[in-house]
Formats: sequence, C-alpha cells, structure tokens
Amino acid sequence: MSYRTDLVYRYDGSYQGFLCCVFACFQHRELPLSIRPWEEAQQSLFGSREIPTQPELAQRVERSIPKKISPLALEWVRKGFLACLPQREMALLRFLLLGYKRGAAVTKLTTHPVVHPVGQAVLAVENEAHHVLEFLRFAQCGEFLAARIAPRHRVLPLLAPSFCDRLPSENFLLFDGEHGMGFFHPKDTVGEFFQADQVELPPPSEEELQWQRLWKAFYRTVAVEGRENPKLRQSRCPQRYWSLMTELQDQAGQKWPGLSAVQL
Amino acid sequence: MTPLEKLEILTAAAKYDVACTSSGVDRRGQKGLLGNGVAAGICHSFAGDGRCISLLKVLLSNDCAFDCAYCVNRRSQECRRATFTPEELCSLTMEFYRRNYIEGLFLSSAVVGSPDNTSERMLAVLKKLRREHRFGGYIHVKAIPGASPELTYQLGLYADRMSVNIELPSQRSLQLLAPQKSKEKILTPMGMIRDGIWENETALSTYRHAPSFAPAGQSTQMIVGASPESDRQILQLSEGLYRKYRLKRVFYSAYMPVVSDRNLPALGTPPPLLREHRLYQADWLLRFYGFSASEILDEEAPHFDPLLDPKCSWALRHMEHFPLEVNRAPYEMLLRVPGIGVKSAQRIRQARRYAVLEEQDLKKLGVVLKRARFFLTCRGTSMSPLPTDDPRVLAGVLRERTAFHRTQLPGRDSPAWLEQPEQLSLFSPTKEDRTKCLTGQI
Repeated sequence: MSYRTDLVYRYDGSYQGFLCCVFACFQHRELPLSIRPWEEAQQSLFGSREIPTQPELAQRVERSIPKKISPLALEWVRKGFLACLPQREMALLRFLLLGYKRGAAVTKLTTHPVVHPVGQAVLAVENEAHHVLEFLRFAQCGEFLAARIAPRHRVLPLLAPSFCDRLPSENFLLFDGEHGMGFFHPKDTVGEFFQADQVELPPPSEEELQWQRLWKAFYRTVAVEGRENPKLRQSRCPQRYWSLMTELQDQAGQKWPGLSAVQL
Repeated sequence: MTPLEKLEILTAAAKYDVACTSSGVDRRGQKGLLGNGVAAGICHSFAGDGRCISLLKVLLSNDCAFDCAYCVNRRSQECRRATFTPEELCSLTMEFYRRNYIEGLFLSSAVVGSPDNTSERMLAVLKKLRREHRFGGYIHVKAIPGASPELTYQLGLYADRMSVNIELPSQRSLQLLAPQKSKEKILTPMGMIRDGIWENETALSTYRHAPSFAPAGQSTQMIVGASPESDRQILQLSEGLYRKYRLKRVFYSAYMPVVSDRNLPALGTPPPLLREHRLYQADWLLRFYGFSASEILDEEAPHFDPLLDPKCSWALRHMEHFPLEVNRAPYEMLLRVPGIGVKSAQRIRQARRYAVLEEQDLKKLGVVLKRARFFLTCRGTSMSPLPTDDPRVLAGVLRERTAFHRTQLPGRDSPAWLEQPEQLSLFSPTKEDRTKCLTGQI
C-alpha cells in the first residue's frame, strides 16, 4: 500500500470491526495513520474516517486470510487481536499487508520489523493463557464452580475451550474483571460468553472453606525445609497472580473477594 | 485422626520424592468423565522451595516394614503413622481436581506388610478412582520393588506414568543403606514396565481400543549426596538407564539429612543443591543436546565444575570447534554453543532460510548473547568484545559468581587450568577502577 494518508480510522473496537477496517484499507487504497476505537477520545487533529461494522465484509476478509496467506497467519491475527499491545491494530494491519504480498512465508520471517512485534504479541498471549490456566482457582458457589481471573491480555477465549474439555459435566463460570467479560458453562451443554462489569458471588460455604484449608495445608507441607527459594518461586509464579490463588492469597496481602448475591 | 492431620503426615512423608510432572499424555475429555490430559504438563502451583506442584503427592500409608537408612519413614524411626482409606484419597483427588488445584494424583506408599499387599491396596484406590469416580486426569503411580509382575502390570493399566526409584547409584550403596531392596528387585519391574509399554504401543497400532498401559512412560529417581559415588558414575548410570529402559526422565534429589545413621552424612549437613543443579543441566544435555556422558565428564574430570555449567565447560575444552558462523553452521553444532538452547537453535535454523542473520536479529530470536557472542560469528565478523579466545580468559568472564555463594561445596578438584589464583584481568574493570571512574580519578 504505497498511498499513505493522514486519516485516522475509527471503528467499534470489535474483531469484526477491525476486519472491516482492513477491507476499507483496500477499498480506498490507502494506509491510515492509526486505527482507534470510537470510545477513545479524539487524540489527534487529523481527519478521521468512520468504519461501520458489516459482517459480510468481515467474513470476506477472514476467508481470504487462510487462502491467500496461511491458516497460521489467521491464528496469529486472532490471537494478536486479543493482546493488549499499543497500536495493535496498525501492527496487525501491516502484518496482513505484508502477508498478502509475500504469502505463507510471512509467519517465518521472524526477524522482520513488521512480523516480529506480532509474533511476540502472539507469544505473550499464549504464555499468559497458559499461566492463567495453571493458576486459576475454582470455588464451589452453590451449584456451580466459579473462578475469577485478572489477566493483562484478553485470554478468556483461549481458556474456555480447555475447561469445557476438562469439566464437561460441571457447571462453571469464569469471569475476567479487568476486561469485563465472562464465560458460563452449564452441565453437559455448550457454554456462552457474556459481558458484565462486575459479578458478585455468594460467600464460600463451610465445606468449601474446609477444602481450601486442606489445600493450604498440603501446599505448606509439600515444600522441603532447607531448600527455601522465594526468588525461584517468584520467577516461575509471578506475584500478579497471587491475589487470586487460594494458597498464596495471604502472602499477596489481599482477601478473597466473595460478597453478596449473584448479579449477572 | 482428622483428614487434615492425615494429609499433613502423608504429604510430609512423600515430599522427598521429587518426580512431579504431569506431562506425556494428551487425552481429550469425555462427557461423564472428569478430567483430561495435556502432554506439555501443567504446573498448578509452586511451593516455597520453588518446585512445581502439579499432582497431589501423597503416600497411601507411611507405616513401613522396610528399614532403609536414608528414609524418613523407616521402621526404626519414631514418627506418627497414618493410612488413607480409598474413599478419603479418592474424594481428595476429585475435589482438588475440580477446583483446578492439581492435574492428578501421585500415589506412592511405604511397604505395608509386604510389597504385594501394598500393591493390592494401591490398585484398589486406582480402580475406585477410575471406575467409580470416573476420573480422567493424570495418575502417576510408583511400583513397589519386590511386588509380583501381575500386580505391577495391573497398576499400569490404570495409571499414566509408572516409576520405580533406583534411589542409590550403585549396588554397594544399596546393600549398605537399603538392605531389604536389591538391585534385581528394582530393575526387574523397570524392565517389565518397559516391555509392557513397548507391547502396548504395538498393540495400539493394530487395535485402536486396546487397553493402554502407562502411556506417559516411566521415570526414576536417584538420591545425590547420600553415598560416595562421583558425578561421572551417576551420569553414566543415567545414560545407561535412558538407553536400556527407555525412561522419560531421571530425577535427582539432593540428600536432605532427616535421620541420623552412621553410614550417612551427619544431620545438619547442607544438601548438595549445586551438585543436583549441575546433574540436571547434564541430564538436559544428554536428552536434548545430543551429548554423551563421556563427553561431559571423563576420568580426568569426574566431578562437575562448581563455577561453570557443563555446556560452557565442554565448549571451553573444545575451542577448536568455535567460532561458528551462525548463518552456515549445522543445527547440531549450534546446539553446542553456550547461550543457544533448543528453541533458539530451531528459530535460527528457520529464520536464516529467509534472511541473513545479524547480531540484532539474534537478540530478537532469544539467543543469550552475553554468553554466545564469544563462540559465534555473523557474516564473518566475530561478536566477541575480547581480543583473544584463550579459554582461561573466557572462563574468567563466563563463570558464575553467584552460584558459589548460594550453596555449600565439598572440597573438589577443579580442572588444572582453572586452579590459578584470580589475577587482575586487563579486560574487566575491578571495583576500585569503577569507583575511580565515578570520582573522576580515571
């Protein structure tokens, strides 16, 4: 795309909206200065173009990526969009433009200045998803299991399938307070995502507290005295996850958030 | 005894068994089952000693009939004895698993009565867990040395991984410290598990629904520091075990003196943590980097260097291979460069097909240039800041200063070319030089 403009594209912040921006880029044969969501306050004096979200156009773009580039590139774009990278839309747009030009080899050009940030963002999202999968803790709240997470990137779409596979016959709820989204899975059926600013859960029952005590006792006892290594523990289990882990909450200095009735 | 007390006693008894991975088997969940398997393994927590907790690691009972000198559960030791009932253990496993605390169960046991009796009890627990409670997660079970082959085989049908602990690296130490176990009693079940896994793989390739036997393989553990073997003997034994029994892992456990015995190091001796660390580094070199035990340690150097890791140590002894040209060197040689691991070598191999690599590209690919720059060239130019490639100078730059202070070291013979006292090097500024720089005297 050789025609660079100083227009700012404004879209609704969703993944389909972003794909419509990519379409608009080809439609008007121009490369925007930046792509910003509508909610964000106007930060520059440059002109802006509103990009409405049209599902058919988004689908056209999404179908073309595995065909013209590769299925791995589509995976990168989807995961990269989940990342909280500053200017991620522009990084992904440049990646797609390079991909349309070079084809399937684009994901292998790992040292290219356009491909490298996207590769790193995808890696960050995958690593955080793996960490959250490990450190997430459920608590039995009445008839379902509930877990809170507070990740940096939007990893909930990557977590939900793992837990659906692992606990198919359980009711469970995952809630990401930082990004205002959650996932609810009823027993033996397909779960669904929802948006909420806050979720209030019932306080843990006596039986639940007993299981938590057993787990904390196990955690305390399994460490070998004489081999204490807090630095190693911290490097492998970063402190930002501690506040939501049953066994490390006391050491993180925060209480387990369990309040009044459920509000969905 | 309350469940809490039992859990504390039996966890404290099991914690010296370091095998705690939940890796090796990919198993999709099913409706009605609780749990799946992830081949990469998932570490749900990290204990205060920095080690990963991925399984509920407990003994079924610590009421042991054997009297191994190094063990905290030995018959002649005064301690509280407890035994789980199958229902207690199953409910613990299921409830912890549902809350995402663990990936599965690690079940071991002291020898209650006889090895066969213990194996039957463990089998009862596994059957209950798999059949009644419909548990689909990971199970790692220890085979009891001296049990009958039929029972060991039955255990493998319900477990994902099996292991038998070698504990002591030589037959003489075994006879001295654990007279009721013998080399045959330990190696026979290992051979049997290996054959069972091999037969099962062939059966599974023909019949899709053949029952699976220990799909995640087998592993073993050795205690380091309880007996006088050299690092070279331990490493050669590990290499032999990997080759002969097709093990997935050998674990090394630094000996923590918990019981006093005249054949063992005194109570209060610090555990040989650095030695254990070096053994793990050497173990990785054997498994992933294509080294053989004789390349890492030989007769002149039967012990690890406390200040240099084994890979650096090999590289400095074999400077004739270096420097390597990053854009042309074969993958097997790139693996041998200190600072380049398996992932970095794979990334280099893939990236250099599409672009010529420069120094900043290597940084992007995750190569530890602080170590690797002495051994590599990029497009013909060396990346080393030093004007020499004398191994003694490089050793001075590369050696780890912090490792020595953190752990105790028994007196060892370091290689002759490292024995020289530390001299003021012309190449690295001393602390006084740095202070003088700041005050303006230099």
